[in-house]
Amino acid sequence: MLKNRIIPCLDVKNGRVVKGINFVDLKDAGDPVEQAKIYSDGGADEICFLDITASNENRDTIYEVVEKTSKKCFVPLTVGGGVRSIDDINKLLNCGADKVSINTAAVQNSKVVEDSSRKFGSQCIVVAIDAKRKNDGWEIFTHGGRNPTGINALEFASKMEKCGAGELLVTSMDKDGTQSGYDIELMQKISSMVNIPVIASGGVGTLDHLVDGIKSGASAVLAASIFHYGTYSVNEAKQYLASKNIPVRI
Amino acid sequence: MDVTIVDYKSGNISSVINSFKEVAKDKVNIEVTSDLNKIKSSDKVVLPGQGSFKSCIDGLNSINGLIDTLSEFALNNKKPLLGICVGLQMFADVGYEEIETKGLGWISGKVSKIDNQNGKYKLPHIGWNQINIVKNSKIFKDIENKAHMYFVHSYEFIPNDNSVTAATTDYSSNIVCAVEKENIFGTQFHPEKSDKTGLKIIDNFINL
Repeated sequence: MLKNRIIPCLDVKNGRVVKGINFVDLKDAGDPVEQAKIYSDGGADEICFLDITASNENRDTIYEVVEKTSKKCFVPLTVGGGVRSIDDINKLLNCGADKVSINTAAVQNSKVVEDSSRKFGSQCIVVAIDAKRKNDGWEIFTHGGRNPTGINALEFASKMEKCGAGELLVTSMDKDGTQSGYDIELMQKISSMVNIPVIASGGVGTLDHLVDGIKSGASAVLAASIFHYGTYSVNEAKQYLASKNIPVRI
Repeated sequence: MDVTIVDYKSGNISSVINSFKEVAKDKVNIEVTSDLNKIKSSDKVVLPGQGSFKSCIDGLNSINGLIDTLSEFALNNKKPLLGICVGLQMFADVGYEEIETKGLGWISGKVSKIDNQNGKYKLPHIGWNQINIVKNSKIFKDIENKAHMYFVHSYEFIPNDNSVTAATTDYSSNIVCAVEKENIFGTQFHPEKSDKTGLKIIDNFINL
């Protein structure tokens, strides 16, 4: 039976791990390679790096981090942040990333998703959707949550599936950093609409939130703070999910 | 001993390289090449594969003499060869991803899309699934039945003769996820991404 995945995410800035609260106010805490190794030894099903300032500055540090990490961690590694072009994707994959997540570039030009999934295979193309509630729906934002687009998140998710995305990483901007749980309604709507796996992100504060995320229909749950600040270990999270009859790899 | 990972510019093979180097340490020489003479003289060959069936076959065909060299290695000289993911799928006679494409024909069978049962099963099949070991394959030495492996694929290999099946996994149906036919081995899952159990499979292959 296919297991639900727990994915710790490391927000990386200038080659160092940070974690944001609502995308601002960053705290510094650690070496990404060491952190990733701790997670993979602890049973993380995948590791995710998000290079949060890649759009603006100091881009090359992430390549070094990815290269070092991929020589130590033998679980899948997803890298996102500032990925603009086929060349960027190619470079990250060559450094040892297994999947690349695309956000702003996918919104600006969906052909990047079409071309990259054809060239490298859908399995390594993740489209990251940052969504915020607006009226009775959700609007997507680009540039690390800075720029509103006016685009409806559900329509965009469906379009990305058609363009060849292998997975969708859905982050609720309203919930991100609040530790009050995923935006369950958003996860339910998108998971039931598309036939590709959805990774729920944004808002985890307790282990019950992970349970709720899986119950919403997501195939995987992503969390940063609860693991990063040692509130729970990945293994504790998996044991808890198993105790709630959610299939996980232990 | 020399183990060659075939580099035919199709998909991302850095994880395969990293995992084999991790397991090999200094005991075994890991080459990454498409050089035909190096392939011929190596003791074992790894055939990775990512992307579509067609793009991988096209990749092999784009290097003059590569398919003949691999066939000679595996079929005539009967030296150990491990196909990973689309690397395994290409053993088939034919694949139906994008367009009907002729495979290597080393293990009779076809590669078709996994039946998603009208959306009940999401595709790609991504994540950790358990393997049901049905044959005592040499690459499964010290691997427990129901061990978890990392999968990512939308197409499955359906062999004509079930005796080649070494393991299956449950997703929509019983998917063949490992094969062994004499000296030819293949895994649909990614041992290079399957943590310590995956590295053990790589170790088993290197130590054949």
